[in-house]
Amino acid sequence: MTAEAFAPSTLRRGASRTAAKITLDVAFSVVLFVGTIVGVIALATLIWTIVDNGWARLAADPIAFLSNYVSRLPARSGIKAALVGSTYLMVLTALFCFPVGVGAAIYLEEFAPRNRVTNFVEANIANLAGVPSVVYGLLGLGIFARFFRMGPSLLAGALTLAVMSLPVIIVAAREAIRAVPESIRLGAYALGATKWQAVRRQVLPAALPGTLTGTILALSRAIGETAPLLVIGLPVVIFSLPNDLRDPVSALPLLIFNWTSRPQAAFAEAAAAASIVLLALLLAMNAVAIFLRNRYTIRW
Amino acid sequence: MPDGRTHVKEDEQRHETRIADALKARPVEDRAAAAAETVFRLDDVHVHYGRFLALRGVSLDVGKNEITAFIGPSGCGKSTLIRCLNRMNDLIPGARVEGKVEYHDQDLYGDGVDPVEVRRRIGMVFQKPNPFPKSIYENVAFGPRVIGMKPSSMDDLVEQSLRDAAVWDEVKDKLKQNALALSGGQQQRLCIARAIAVSPDVILMDEPCSALDPVSTARIEDLMDELKRDYTIVIVTHNMQQAARVSDRTAFFTAEAAEGTGDRTGLLVEYDRTDAIFTHPSDKRTEDYITGRFG
Repeated sequence: MTAEAFAPSTLRRGASRTAAKITLDVAFSVVLFVGTIVGVIALATLIWTIVDNGWARLAADPIAFLSNYVSRLPARSGIKAALVGSTYLMVLTALFCFPVGVGAAIYLEEFAPRNRVTNFVEANIANLAGVPSVVYGLLGLGIFARFFRMGPSLLAGALTLAVMSLPVIIVAAREAIRAVPESIRLGAYALGATKWQAVRRQVLPAALPGTLTGTILALSRAIGETAPLLVIGLPVVIFSLPNDLRDPVSALPLLIFNWTSRPQAAFAEAAAAASIVLLALLLAMNAVAIFLRNRYTIRW
Repeated sequence: MPDGRTHVKEDEQRHETRIADALKARPVEDRAAAAAETVFRLDDVHVHYGRFLALRGVSLDVGKNEITAFIGPSGCGKSTLIRCLNRMNDLIPGARVEGKVEYHDQDLYGDGVDPVEVRRRIGMVFQKPNPFPKSIYENVAFGPRVIGMKPSSMDDLVEQSLRDAAVWDEVKDKLKQNALALSGGQQQRLCIARAIAVSPDVILMDEPCSALDPVSTARIEDLMDELKRDYTIVIVTHNMQQAARVSDRTAFFTAEAAEGTGDRTGLLVEYDRTDAIFTHPSDKRTEDYITGRFG
């Protein structure tokens, strides 16, 4: 390089970066910013529309809205059966899919031999995570409701949602397990731990925050699902709470779907109010996930 | 910092005098100690990783309550060899050990030998401190729990292990704190405490100071001198002054290209008392290495 290259003029704006290139830089960051803003605006509009339509209905008598069953009269209708049904479905779904999902992830990460069968299984789990939920509904209808004769029940609904959530949980749990450094396993082995002891007592606890975060996010997707529940035949309106796993249940998205399809404006308002409750549930679950991630994730 | 324990970046000019100082700094009776009972007897050990021969034809004995150092350039197989001694190589897919590795006259690779049982007696400290992401207390208590030890008091066992590893005074007020918050040197001494909590017979150390600062290194070297009263220690080190300072016997390894293939295979060049290796090595390759002409 010659001394000329270091002349002060070479440091000035426009020396080698032309005005066009600088403009391109700025233009590009503007495009990216707009892309981000579109997402935020969409979410804000959604929340605003729902709150605008439903807040008055919800705030008028929130206790009655949460504790009444559905009625022929929109003003006396409440979401009790749907809210309780959604809660039951969620808890049962979590009970079914968390142990199975974590078990599958442990097997695939720690025990499975590296061969073509394992690769095939792994590729298909990734594919399953992208299958539309209505297809899971058909699976639930065919296997749980019909073949196992569960009918349109709480159990069939929860199992269908669990199968749907499973791939997402497996992927999240595998990532969390893979993030635990190999040195932790070696450290446990060097102390005379067996493979299972190393996995159970060191790898799993270290992978738990990431796994829980993934599970909650998968469940918060499941709580908003309508299609698979409709396909297996769960009722959109119901006047009793389930006493048994074999009883039918409804869910918030089903009720919202039903109310929005009615002609009365008052039912549209009730649907918006129910949507506020559903959104609040969702945001609360996501907040728990974010809290777990920030509070317990280990920085190696 | 004590004399002769200054650990600075390799400096060829002062290299030989520093090794001589390191040897002198050690007590005379220690150097003159008689050959001890044999803990490991290796006979013609070869290690393969898949089709690659990593180490060939190693035969040596490791004496009880001695510190045996493995030194040599990168790729000479010294870490590979130390991992044969507690069957950690079993965990590497494709690794295969040939020849005989005897531990107290038992074949470590014999039929019916459980590697988990082997590792309960032969502990290991790794190059990079690897505390578990749990409390200091739980780090030490983990080993005794998994091997089913029933100490009369776990608290006492944890305290004694931390004392023996010379880290008790620094951590006694924060046993419930996460071990990842400790400094690198404290983490490594915690890992040593963790290893001795299960009362092993042997402690293997794979470059235990290479990720540590000079002060922490000096503390661990002092500690090793204490530990050898109760344990047999094998240490892999890149640092020749360290081998000269702490070890009773030194094995020098190097890597040479095998005939035909371009793969470099590790082999044992010379194994002797540490002062002999550093003052009058019998092999030209050892002399070149320790005087800094090679490696």
